[in-house]
Amino acid sequence: MATFHFDFVGPERTLYSGEVEAVQLPGTEGEMTVLPGHAPVLTSLKVGVITVTEKAGNGKRIYVQGGFADIGPKSVTVLAERAAPIEEVNPAMIDKEIEAAEMARDATQDPAKREAINSQIVQLREAKHTLSL
Amino acid sequence: MASLKDLRNRITSVKATQKITKAMQMVAAAKLRRAQNAAENGRPYAEKMAQVLGNLAGNLDGGVGAPKLLSGTGQDRVHLLVVATGDRGLCGAFNSSIVRLAREHVRKLEAEGKTVKIMTVGKKGLDILRRQYRDRIVESMDIRGTKPVDYEFASQIADKIVARFDAGEFDVATLFYSEFRSVISQIPTAQRLIPAELPATDGTTTTGAGSDAAMEFEPSEESILETLLPKNLTVQVYRALLENAASEQGARMSAMDSATRNAGEMIKKQTLIYNRTRQAMITKELIEIISGAEAL
Repeated sequence: MATFHFDFVGPERTLYSGEVEAVQLPGTEGEMTVLPGHAPVLTSLKVGVITVTEKAGNGKRIYVQGGFADIGPKSVTVLAERAAPIEEVNPAMIDKEIEAAEMARDATQDPAKREAINSQIVQLREAKHTLSL
Repeated sequence: MASLKDLRNRITSVKATQKITKAMQMVAAAKLRRAQNAAENGRPYAEKMAQVLGNLAGNLDGGVGAPKLLSGTGQDRVHLLVVATGDRGLCGAFNSSIVRLAREHVRKLEAEGKTVKIMTVGKKGLDILRRQYRDRIVESMDIRGTKPVDYEFASQIADKIVARFDAGEFDVATLFYSEFRSVISQIPTAQRLIPAELPATDGTTTTGAGSDAAMEFEPSEESILETLLPKNLTVQVYRALLENAASEQGARMSAMDSATRNAGEMIKKQTLIYNRTRQAMITKELIEIISGAEAL
């Protein structure tokens, strides 16, 4: 099957780079699977899991906390500030994140900010659910 | 004339100092390598970010409705100078040359009748600037000890800048840091953060999409740009911190190298004087013995 180039870069290092067959991304507008020859799209990502399929039946999962994906027909680049291979993430860590976010929410008075943090908490909960599957 | 014992003491103390500067030079060399690695690892992210932003901004027509971080407040009255230096001294002119550049900017801006606010990152910059511009410093941060700079710290700084900008405290932000060229050359640089300076792009992405292929945006161009801009600010601060870290170690390395060499020269000179004095004394004693024997 055809492949395309997938780069996954964090601010401190490149986390993944290589030829892949498909990538599943948690876009803010919904999950999407990118195959070779995809139309150019720039999308933001929510908290979730990226599934990289190098070959059918041989995949890798990476946990991301928001970011961007620059999708083109021949390559896909994901920019994420915080990410980790799925093996290094456990539900307890996400619980901690949720707790921290809730505390940040309770500390601020700005309704817009509260709204933003609330939606983040929802995303974190969803991610935790995906993780436990 | 100094006694033999004094001379001996002085030589030992210079030797001890030389050992210290030598050790510092070696430590700086090791840290420099690490700092350069970090700078290299951070490059793909920064490049990609600049590219995406350039594309986005290029698509926005005329900057109408563009976020303020990109277009500025439309005014040019209050300037925020973010001065990033190191936390430690003993690194040649590294800290002072950054501060000198910042000071020139302050003078120029104030001569034009503009208000200047200063935010310092790193202890040394604060120490120097506090003397002259105490009332203009609005915030200061330390680079916690020897810990290598990380993205988290850069994002803290960027958050503070953005928060102040949103509160309408300033119109233009400029970042001062030292760009690392080589071990012997670090160039103090001023970079405008707000309004964002974007690299010119030819409208193509590395993803292979030609300029004719219309890019789609999810959710919308504006909202992506809005979230991307603060991140871009963080990336720029992070890059500056990395450059600074490499520059500081490079400057320290060459400063310590010349200190070690100077100490070596001093030891040579002192040893020469010491030996001469010792011989003079022996000669004197011999003369005394001989003339004493002759008198008998």
